[in-house]
Amino acid sequence: MAFQILLNVFLAFLWMFLQVSFSAQTFIIGYLLGLLVMFCMRRFFTHRFYIHRVWAITYLFFLFLIELIKANIDVLKLVLSPKLTMRPGIFAMETELKSDWEVTLLSNLITLTPGTLVIDVSDDNKTLYIHAIDISEVSEAIDSIKNSFEKAIMEVSRG
Amino acid sequence: MTVISDMFIVFLLLAGAFFSLIAAFGVIRFPDVYTRNHAASKSATLGVMCILLATFLYFLVEDGFFNSRLLLGIAFFFITAPVAGHLISRAAYNSGVKMWDKSVRDDLKDKK
Repeated sequence: MAFQILLNVFLAFLWMFLQVSFSAQTFIIGYLLGLLVMFCMRRFFTHRFYIHRVWAITYLFFLFLIELIKANIDVLKLVLSPKLTMRPGIFAMETELKSDWEVTLLSNLITLTPGTLVIDVSDDNKTLYIHAIDISEVSEAIDSIKNSFEKAIMEVSRG
Repeated sequence: MTVISDMFIVFLLLAGAFFSLIAAFGVIRFPDVYTRNHAASKSATLGVMCILLATFLYFLVEDGFFNSRLLLGIAFFFITAPVAGHLISRAAYNSGVKMWDKSVRDDLKDKK
């Protein structure tokens, strides 16, 4: 991905030198033209075309914003309800993510979303121990995390 | 146009203040460290972010001043708040703070 971005910047500079005009506008036009050229040549790259990954990161960001707002509404309901009817507890969740930064990102996202807070990560990075403010269905909570965040992070890190 | 943006700014400010208030209520009402941490680390984050965003928009619309430090502040808050919440509750668990009596399960107990 870094190589492709670097190549794109290089193509934009090439465009600026061809135009003999060194302004931000020329750079942007050159960048877009370079993007087009690279899109046509994408089968020569060993990795995916990098726009896919940029799109995946944007998707993850908006997914996260929506979940953050939902989480706050859930906590708001619990705080304002007249009786404390919640059933807190800690459950374990297996994760398929491998590298350190993926696990870190996943636990940060879990911590900021609906009624869950990561308390501990096992030493082999395979299990997350999560404190939930209201466990009614553990398997349901695990499924929803897996289907939304874990999938989105995998989409970002796919080669 | 300014009316719409003003209404949006007022809405953001009020929502931010409201979420911070809810976070404070939650810290008082909830029974143990972990549940309090939920209220503090989530509602306070969103509340502060709403207020910072409203400030940013106010100066952008009113004075045409693009204050990038506020955006950086939002980003830093976004990154650091969940880590703080995680570390506090982890330290509490490792030093043996009990959970609330009505807690239903504890998988972390069987670790190791």
